[in-house]
Amino acid sequence: MKALVAKIGGHLLVLFARFITAARAEWRGIEPVRRQRIYYANHSSNADMPLIWTVLPPALRRETRPVAAADYWLKSPLRAFAGRDMLRAVLIDRRAEHRTEDPIARIVEALDEGSSLILFPEGGRNMTQEPLLPFKAGLFNIATARRDVDLVPTWVEGINEIMPKGEIIPVPLSCTVIFGTPLHLQEGEELKVFLDRASQALSELQPAART
Amino acid sequence: MTETSTQLVLLFAAVVGLLFLATVAGELLRLVKSEDSPVVDTFVTRVHSWWAMVAILALALISGRVAIVVLFAFCSFAALREFLTLTKKTRADHWAMVVSFYVILPVQYVLIWWGQEGFFTSFIPVYAFLLLPILSMLRGAGASFLHRISETQWALMICVFCASHVPALLVLEIDGFGDKNVLLIAFLVLVVQLGDLMEYFAGRRFGRVRVAPTISSKTWEGIGCGLLFAVAVGWSFAWITPFGVAWAGVLAGVSFLMGVGGALVLAAIKHDRGVRNWGHLIPGQGGFVDQLDSVFFAAPAFFYIVRYFWV
Repeated sequence: MKALVAKIGGHLLVLFARFITAARAEWRGIEPVRRQRIYYANHSSNADMPLIWTVLPPALRRETRPVAAADYWLKSPLRAFAGRDMLRAVLIDRRAEHRTEDPIARIVEALDEGSSLILFPEGGRNMTQEPLLPFKAGLFNIATARRDVDLVPTWVEGINEIMPKGEIIPVPLSCTVIFGTPLHLQEGEELKVFLDRASQALSELQPAART
Repeated sequence: MTETSTQLVLLFAAVVGLLFLATVAGELLRLVKSEDSPVVDTFVTRVHSWWAMVAILALALISGRVAIVVLFAFCSFAALREFLTLTKKTRADHWAMVVSFYVILPVQYVLIWWGQEGFFTSFIPVYAFLLLPILSMLRGAGASFLHRISETQWALMICVFCASHVPALLVLEIDGFGDKNVLLIAFLVLVVQLGDLMEYFAGRRFGRVRVAPTISSKTWEGIGCGLLFAVAVGWSFAWITPFGVAWAGVLAGVSFLMGVGGALVLAAIKHDRGVRNWGHLIPGQGGFVDQLDSVFFAAPAFFYIVRYFWV
C-alpha cells in the first residue's frame, strides 16, 4: 500500500514538475542509456533534485537514487515518506558529531546494489551569487572507492527564478538540465586537483548569462 | 449533421488532404535522398507536428466553446511560461508573475467563456496594467523597475490578451451567421498558417531582399508570395465566412500581414535575448511562441475588424 502511494506520488511529482517547468534534458556529453552513473549537480534550490529526477527517462529514473541530507528529510513524517519512499533517497547525516554511520559507506553500498545516484557535491544549497560553492571531499572519496562509475556533471539551469528563497508559490518558467561529459578519478590524482577539475567541468556547462 | 459541422468536416477534409500530400512528399524526399538530410528531417518532423496540431484543433472546434477556451488557455499558459523565462525580473516581481499565471490568465479565459466582452477587452490592458506594478512596488521595487514591469505587461498582452482573441471570436454575434463562429477560428488559423508556410517556402526558393537582415531570414519576395497565397486561401474559403469573397480576401491579407509583423517583432526579441527558439515543446518548430507568433498578432486585428464591420 505504502509502495503504491509512493509510486503514484512519484508520478504526480513528475507531472507537477513538468507543468511548472516544461523541464527539458540536454544530453550534451552522454546518451541517456542504462549505465551506472553519479550525476553530480549544482544545488541552489530544493527543487533541483526533483527536477533532475523528472528529466531522466523512466527506465533510468527507476535505477537512480538521490543522495540527500537525513537532517532535512527525516524532520517530519511527510518529508520522510517523500524522501525515503517516493524518491528512495540515500539519506546521509551531514552532522559529523551526530552520526553513527559513515555517509560514504552508505553511498558506496547503494552503488554496489547497482543504483545510479544524484549528488550535490557542494554539500548544501548555494545561496550566494557565485555559480558554485567549493566542493566537499565526498565526491573524491566516492570516486576513490568506486573508480569505474561515470561521474556526470549535471547543470540545472533557471530554477532560482521559479521559487526564490522564501517564496512558497512556484511561478512557471522553463528549466533545462544539461548533462556533460563524464569524468573519472585519474591514477594518483590528488583531492584538490580532482575537485577543481570536477567543479570546472560542471561550471563549463552553465549557459552564458543573459542580460 | 448541422450546417456548421458539415462545413467543418469539409474544411478538415481539405486540410487533411494537404497534410497527406505533405507527408507523402516528405517520405518520397527521404527515399530519393539516400543520405540523411537535415532539411528533409526537419520538414518531416514539422509535418508530424502539424498533424498533431490539426487533430487537437479539430477536436476542440468540434467539441464546442469550453474545449476551445481550454485549449487556448493552455496555449497562453505555455507561451507565457516561455516568454517570462526570457524577461528581466527580480524577487520583487515574484508575486506579479504568480498573479499573472494563476489569476489573470484564468480570469481572462473565464470572461471569454462567459462572453463578457466589455470586460475581457479591458481586463489586461487596464486592470492588470495598473495592478501588477503596484504589486511589484509593494514587494520592493528595485533596479530597472520600469523596464521589468513593462516586460511583464508585454508578456501578458501578447501571450494572454492577444492569444485570447482567437476563442473570443466565439462571442461575436454576427447577423445571419447564427452559431457558426467556430468557422471564423478555423478561417483565421488557416489563412495565417498557410500564408506563413508559403512565405517560408517562397522565401527559401527565390527570396533575395531581406526585410530585417540581422534578425530574420524573411524576405520581401517571400512575404509577397505569402500575401498572394493567403488572399487566395481567403477567397477559396470565403464560403465558410459571413464576409463574401472579396472581403474574405481582404481580411485574409490583413491577418497575414499582421502575422508577419508579429513574427518579425518576436524574432527581434529573440535576437535581443540571444536565443534561437522560445522553447522546445513542439518538435521541429521550437516553442509555442515560435509557432503562434503570427496568430497572436493577427487575432486581435481580425477580431476588431469583424466586430466593427459585421456585428
